[in-house]
Amino acid sequence: MTLLKLFWSFFQIGLLSFGGGYAAMPLILEQVVTRNQWLTMAEFADIVTIAEMTPGPIAVNSATFVGLKIAGLPGALISTLGCILPACVILMILAYFYYKYRNLAMVQGVLSCLRPAVVALIASAGLSILLLACFRDGSLPKALEDVNWLGVVLFGGALGILQWKKPSPVIVMAGAGLLGMLLYQFFPGV
Amino acid sequence: MSAKRDVKTYWKLFSSTFCLSAFTFGGGYIIIPLMRKKFVEELHWIEEQEMLDLSAIAQSSPGAIAVNAAILVGYRIAGIPGALVTICGTILPPLIILSIISVIYGWFRSNPWVAALLKGMQSGVAAVIADVTIRMAGDVIRQKKLLYILIMAGAFCATFFLKINVVYIILSCVLLGLIAALLAKRREAKAP
Repeated sequence: MTLLKLFWSFFQIGLLSFGGGYAAMPLILEQVVTRNQWLTMAEFADIVTIAEMTPGPIAVNSATFVGLKIAGLPGALISTLGCILPACVILMILAYFYYKYRNLAMVQGVLSCLRPAVVALIASAGLSILLLACFRDGSLPKALEDVNWLGVVLFGGALGILQWKKPSPVIVMAGAGLLGMLLYQFFPGV
Repeated sequence: MSAKRDVKTYWKLFSSTFCLSAFTFGGGYIIIPLMRKKFVEELHWIEEQEMLDLSAIAQSSPGAIAVNAAILVGYRIAGIPGALVTICGTILPPLIILSIISVIYGWFRSNPWVAALLKGMQSGVAAVIADVTIRMAGDVIRQKKLLYILIMAGAFCATFFLKINVVYIILSCVLLGLIAALLAKRREAKAP
């Protein structure tokens, strides 16, 4: 039953994550944290961080991680299979039609309406991670003491550098991590 | 389209996609130029223009771009068996790496230094996502089409404030896109 649930959840993630890269993130959040509670919000943020620091797509990375945690190695394999199966079928059909007709106007018409929505969904999932990084219990603050000022400063600094210099994201994250490792020692309890 | 089906081709497909997947950090957009270098420039298996089209298909289909591109290249070179070989090559590296990480994750997370490291990296990853979002939202707004801006604002409210299931939001946008594409096609047919 669990395996079936894992398969179905990651099948939906694979089927509906249009736009690559971060597009899978809001779907993974929905399936894995909100609906099935397989991971906490903090674990989800870890998984996004780990996926950024390691090679490989975030959907495959999280399928492996969640699958292993919930049902061991079979879970990891079933989740990964679920997440790539829709792409296999859809792409082979598209490749067939491409080599037959070489016309993709309709597909691109649909995508132009989907892209703005995907941007919004990524923004929303990113905001959840931002709340977790900057506020004590990962929701909007009720009092000033709930604000994790070091998290806010690290976020602001990292965003500034990214907008200004366009360095590799991996370097920015490693820098924020190392600074955090040193500075959080002086701000215990955050 | 001529399919090559011998062990040497399969092995080359597997080893190429395995290496590309194992050493590609930072998301799917980076893998496309690397694949072009490997399969167009080095191996001469795919033509330049064809590779561009395949990248467009990989990016406009659901799923991870790296996996999608690997499926298309494998299918192009050696049919369905070729696609299965390149899928294995692409997903094995993350599967192995994440398995190792999740085994040590418990210990990893309870170490105070590692916890502080991850907490700091959380700010970093939030900044990376914010940076990507700002750039992508800017692209949408610069198109100056009211429909796209409304879709973006509507989808954000629906997911962040109303907590509507992401699946439904995407499906409604697919439907909306289909209607818009059909209307555009009709207008084109009517125009003299």
